Formats: sequence, structure tokens, C-alpha cells
Amino acid sequence: MLQVDNKTLSNWERIKDSDIYHSFIKSPTAIVSSTILFIIFFCSFFVELITPYNPFDPSSLSLMDAFTPPSWTEDGIAKFILGTDGQGRDMLSTILYGCRISLIVGFSAIIFSLILGVGLGLTAGFFGGKYEMIVMRLTDVQLTVPSILMALLVDGIARGLISREMHDEMAIYVLIFAIGISEWPQFARVSRAATLVEKNKDYVSASTIIGVSNIIIMFKHILPNILRPVLVIGTIGLALAILAESTLSFLGVGVPPTTPSLGTLIRLGNDFLFSGEWWITFFPAIFLVILAFSINLLGDWMRDTLNPKLKK
Amino acid sequence: MTFLKINNLSVDYQMRKETIYAAKNVNIEVNKGEILGLVGESGSGKSTVGNAIINLIDEPGKVSSGSVILGDINIHKNSESIVRYRGNKIGLIFQDPQTSLNPILTVGEQLIETIQTHLKLSKEEAKNKSINLLKEVGIKDAETRFDNYPHQFSGGMRQRVVISLALCCEPELLIADEPTTALDVSIQSQILGLIKKLTKERNLAVILITHDMGVIAETANRVAVMKNGNLVEIGETRKILNNPQENYTKSLVSSVPPTNKKISRFVIVEKENNNKKENNIKILNRWTKKEILNQELVELKNLNKSFDDNFFTENSKNSVMAVNDVSFAIKEGESFGLVGESGSGKSTIAKMIVNLFKPTSGDIFFDNVCITKIKQKSELMKFRKQIQMIFQDPYSSLNGRLKVKDIIAEPITLHNPSISNIELNNYIYDLLESVELNQKSADRYPHEFSGGQRQRISIARALATQPRLLVCDEPTSALDVSIQAQILNLLKDLQEQLNLTILFISHDLPVVRQMCDRIGVLKDGRLCEVSGTEDLFLKPTHEYTKELLHLMPKIESIYN
Repeated sequence: MLQVDNKTLSNWERIKDSDIYHSFIKSPTAIVSSTILFIIFFCSFFVELITPYNPFDPSSLSLMDAFTPPSWTEDGIAKFILGTDGQGRDMLSTILYGCRISLIVGFSAIIFSLILGVGLGLTAGFFGGKYEMIVMRLTDVQLTVPSILMALLVDGIARGLISREMHDEMAIYVLIFAIGISEWPQFARVSRAATLVEKNKDYVSASTIIGVSNIIIMFKHILPNILRPVLVIGTIGLALAILAESTLSFLGVGVPPTTPSLGTLIRLGNDFLFSGEWWITFFPAIFLVILAFSINLLGDWMRDTLNPKLKK
Repeated sequence: MTFLKINNLSVDYQMRKETIYAAKNVNIEVNKGEILGLVGESGSGKSTVGNAIINLIDEPGKVSSGSVILGDINIHKNSESIVRYRGNKIGLIFQDPQTSLNPILTVGEQLIETIQTHLKLSKEEAKNKSINLLKEVGIKDAETRFDNYPHQFSGGMRQRVVISLALCCEPELLIADEPTTALDVSIQSQILGLIKKLTKERNLAVILITHDMGVIAETANRVAVMKNGNLVEIGETRKILNNPQENYTKSLVSSVPPTNKKISRFVIVEKENNNKKENNIKILNRWTKKEILNQELVELKNLNKSFDDNFFTENSKNSVMAVNDVSFAIKEGESFGLVGESGSGKSTIAKMIVNLFKPTSGDIFFDNVCITKIKQKSELMKFRKQIQMIFQDPYSSLNGRLKVKDIIAEPITLHNPSISNIELNNYIYDLLESVELNQKSADRYPHEFSGGQRQRISIARALATQPRLLVCDEPTSALDVSIQAQILNLLKDLQEQLNLTILFISHDLPVVRQMCDRIGVLKDGRLCEVSGTEDLFLKPTHEYTKELLHLMPKIESIYN
């Protein structure tokens, strides 16, 4: 009766043995989208090593190269694969640099709202009572304000408070806060619901009987058990955050044009769209679509795999 | 005459890593007017066989070979023919009456719908037929109950409705898959009685799938024992239970707690490592053993607990008295049983003793200190250490994200923060060996263990703080009988060697009889009677106790 098979698995073997790994191998969508994402992440974070140009170094730019079309068109030059913009910056390099900013803002915003939302949702679900009521009504109020409007509001207030010179420096933090603050109710709701389920399970009672304090029960016992759904909405939220960043930058309230993100690039290119220089706005836009789409596909796959109720 | 003939039936589940044979070459015959009990532990394939007859096997499983002959037609010849027989010639009763009825349709609508799909009857005729059926299964006031929704019926009544649904198209074969497992003892005996009556009156062939040997003994004419998808033994119930031929059947029968006598240990036939007694001593070296002084360790005085239904109005009339003026005492070193049906408040009492709930009024004394009034945290910790609990469901009582050693280490490090790592590991190993698990278990996660093994881990965790009182809330009701016998043996050994005081909560009278010195009987939150185990079973004084004892399914009933 005591003999479970006698080999103890290493962590890597555990992963290889798991259903998640197996479902990943079996799902072409998951493989394709995660490969694309890996390439994008790699290229944008090691962009200095990959691209020969630094679009933010004015000395390396030549206005002579401005408005070069993509290399496969008639007037294209081989050294600018996707062409150049109005200042002679190589489009591909600019996109990758911009993508890095978009990703940094997206990740930071989602981590910020994850910590805020899960913290509030977990405690609300665990303690209940008036505290829970206040937190949950707060999420309801937050959800009545469209997220773009919320972000615009935060940005507007920040502009009023921060001096003009400081603003460009602070813009990225304001943006992170603005996007993060409009995403947290999702996390709060999901983690509260999951906490309500988990806290009634016997292992939580067992810890209470042993005398473990509430804080430790929440973070050591309940938190790891509610992370699955949180991770799923986190992934889908990441795509939303990146899109929100681009939207805000497109509207001109995001990161300053000196350090352009994907949204800024689309806005800048927009001016040239009808004068024939389509590539300046087209490539950043298509890049953004691929990025958001891949993240969403990966999120969908995760939701299907991690939710046992959807299993066939 | 043989009515149903199952020939060489095999069911496979093609899984990622291996093919699981849920049933292997099963041959069963059922006659008309006879109840065949299909018995086995979880995973033995008994439900698979039941479902395979009507080809209701879930993906990725499939019937890989064999035939099912009903009357003289092979109903497995093509998939359309099975659909025609399902619900028509073959009626089905499932375990859970809560989910087998559609909650948004009235009982009448569901009956009429089923009847009209299979029989060519007008609505009026179908209605008359349904009312007659409801009367037949013992529902009073069938004309008015006809328009009720399922939630307006109690659990037992709902199961009667399910039976009437199964019967509505005049089936000749009835498959009942654990029809009484979700019900209380008193309702169980009514439902079994009904099935027996219907079998005789309608000349049905019945397959009764169950894990409960008592149910088999009381109802089945013949019994088939299954293990790991194989048919172990089939024959007359009396013969199989009295004189089992196969080893597995022997161990199954000997694991069932007898209702008519108290035995000191369960005989485990199948396992060889019976003589591992010295295991338990390991933990003894660390144990500060309490002398048994024949004094009261726990005392409950006029304990009340009410749950308010309504959030906004306190003290509303809606509040449910879960525990109503309960007083009893448990002596040091004794095992005290608390028996009652579901909703009798036995778990609520347990949770108040371990301080998960605060009582609405009344006091609990532990070692002559009132633990319900303790405000200081450090004071409370002292008692937390001495009172531990084992839970019913071994699947939810262990945190799946922690390794076994971390689960067991938690209480140790909490109450003894200065313990060194080596000392801690040794302690964990000793605890694991005391519950008959090997040291390698420490590095595994709970999901790698079976239900019985998890319950052992749960016991090891409870013992880690060296408690004086162990509250066991239905510790074996989620387990198979043979595993139950092992766990009960383990608890007995531990109690004997460590002088533990045990509060044993169960709905299962035979189990309580084996485990406890004294027993309290609860009904609707009130304590009916407290007396010594043998007194209670031989000379019950309270009406309710007499009824409970009368109704419990007895494996011994076969001898009469």
C-alpha cells in the first residue's frame, strides 16, 4: 500500500510530464503564437545587437535617406528593408525600438494592476464583510469608467501637476499608472471569486486549526491556488494594455515622439498616408496587430488548458 | 430465463500515456425478476459496465469488443439501435437526484416528455400514466405534486421521481448506479425497498451498482464482484458473502465493519505487510505521553449555534439552529463517537471544538479552561496545538501546491520555530513512517497519492503538533472499504500507543461501533442520547436511535 513508484521526478521531468506541456505540443496555435512572441520579445529587447541603426542617434541619420520606400519596391534600397520615415530613420529599427517601449509599458502596467487587483481581491475574498463590500463596489465604480477615458483623465491630471520639462521624463510612468489603474478590477473580481472557493476548502481550515496566521494562509496557501485564472486574464490583459498604450500614444497623450512607441509611430505615419508614403504607418500598424493577436491566441490557449471545465 | 446477456464486454480508454482497460472480457447474465448487485471499489469498472450496456461511454473511451444481448437482440449491433433501447427497454437511475432532473421543468413536464418520445400516447394519456407512476413509486398527492418543480421535493422524494422517470416507458431492464449513495440511511432503506418491490411486481431485470456490501446483502439476489475491470466472482449473494472463493472477495468482505459485534482490528487479507507494528514506536520517542487520569478532557455545555439566512436582519426568524443545546463530555484517552444524518449538526460541533466557528451561546471547556472565551492569540495557540482535526475529503484537505514535507513541516515550524533543519526532516520522516508511508513520499506532491494515502498524510500533519484531542470528521467516508479498514486500523493503533483522545464523527453506524467507546446520537442539532457503544447497539433507549439501528443495511442480514 505504501509503494508509490520509487522514482522522484526532477522539476524539468515534472514539466515534461504535465498535461500543460503536452497540450502545448499538440496545439499548433500555441506553438506558432509563442514562437512569434519569442521572436518579437527577443528582437525588441536585444534591439541594439540586432539592428545596425540607432534611430535615436541624430548623428547617424541622413535626411537624404528620408522617405525611402521598402526595399522590394522600385525605389527601394537594400539597406533599409522596410524603408525609412520622414527623418531618414530605418523603419524596421524604429519599429523594434518602439515595440520595446510598448512592451515595457504593457508589462509594467499589467504587473501594476495585477498586484493591486489580486491584493485587493484576495484580501476582500478572505476577510469578507464590510471591507469586501467596499472593495467590490469600488471595482464596480471603476468599471463604469471606460478605460481609455480613465487613462486620459489620469494623463490630464498628471500634466497639470507635473511641470512641462519634467513631463517628457515622467510620461512613461504616468502612462503605466494610467493603464494599470483601469485594468485592476478584472484581477480583483477574478481573484476574489477564486479566493471564495479556496478559503472554504479543508486545507485552509487545517492551517487555521494549526494556528497559521491569516497573512501566511493568504499568501502561502491561497495565492498559489488562485494564480491560474489570474494568469489567464493577465495574458489577455497584456494585449489590452499594449493596445491601450498604442491608442493613447496615437492620441498624443502617451510617450513623447522623441522615444516613439508603436502608437506614436502609427500617428506620425498617419500624416503621410495620403501622400503616398504608406509604409511609414502600415508596418508599425501590422506589427502591432501581429503582436496583440499572438498574445491573445496564447491567452486563449492558456484559458482552454488551465480551465478543466472546458476540457473535452 | 436469461434476459440480459453480456458477452466478453471490454471497454478501453485510450489515454496519452497508456490504454486503460476499464472493463476486460466481462460476462454477466441477468434474469427477469432478479436483482444483480455489481459491487467493487472505485475504479473497478462497475459503472463502466453499466454505462457500456447502453453505450454511454465518454470520450476517449469506447467499447472495444463484446456484445450485449437483450432478450434475443444484440443491441450493440449499431449505434442507432442502442438509442432506441435507451430509456425505452432500459431504464436508468443515477446516483445524484439533485442533478439528474432538469430544475426548470416541472416533474410532470419531464415525465410527459419522456413518455411521448418513446410511446405513442396523447398528452392526456401520458399525464394519466405519469400520475399513476408517481403513485406507484410512493409519492403522496401525486395529482398536485405533478406540477411541482424538482427543488420542491426532498432528496429521497426526488430519487423516487427519478425512478418513476426510469419506469415510465415500461422498461424491462433497470440499471441503478449507486442509487442511494447520496441519501441518508432512513431514506436509503425506503428506496431500496421500492426497487425490490418494483422488481417483483413488474418482473424487471435489475442491475444494482454499488460499493456498499450492506446494500448488496439486503437487496441483491446475485452478486458480481469486480476489480480493476475484471469480473472476480459472480454467484448467489449468500454464497459469495458467506464463503468467498477469491482472495479479493475475502478481503472485501472482511473489510466491511460488522454491525453486530465489535472487533479489535480489521483483518487485511490481501496485504502482506501486516506485521509492521513496531513502526509506530518511532514517533513515540518524541511524544510527551499523557497519563490517562480518567478525567474529562473536553466538556461542552449548552452549546448553541445558529446560522443566519438573512444578511440584513440579524436575529431574523430565518436563522437555522444547526446545534441546539448540546452538552456532553469526553474523557481523556477515550474515543467518543458522534452519529447523525446529514444536517444533524455533527460537523458544526466539530468545527466549534477546533475553534473554526464561534458558538452562538454556550461554552466549550478543554482541560477545564473555557476555550470559547479566549481573546489572547498566544493563549489560543496553546490550545490549537492540542486539538487537531482530520477532514472528510482527502482531496481538498491538502494544499496541492506544496510538497508533502512542506505540508507536514508547517505545524512543526510554527509551534517550534527554533527547530533545526536536520531535526525537522527527521521528525517529518518519523511522522510519515508512523502513518506507514515511506520517506520518499516527502518530496512528492499530494496529487501523486491515492485517497487513502492522502488521508495518511493528513493524519501525519495532525499528529505533528502532538495533540491530545484528535477530531476526525468522517475520516473514511470518501474512501473504499478496504482502505477504510486500513485507516481505521491505523487510527486505533495510534490511539492505543499515543493515548490520544478521539472525537469520531460519522454517519456510518458500523464504523462508529468499531471505533468508539461511547456514542452520542444527534438529530436536527439536538443530542438524543449518549451511552456506551454496546449499550447503544443492544439496548437503545431513544426512538430515533432505534430507528437508525433498524434501518442500517446489515451485511449480516444474509445469514438469517
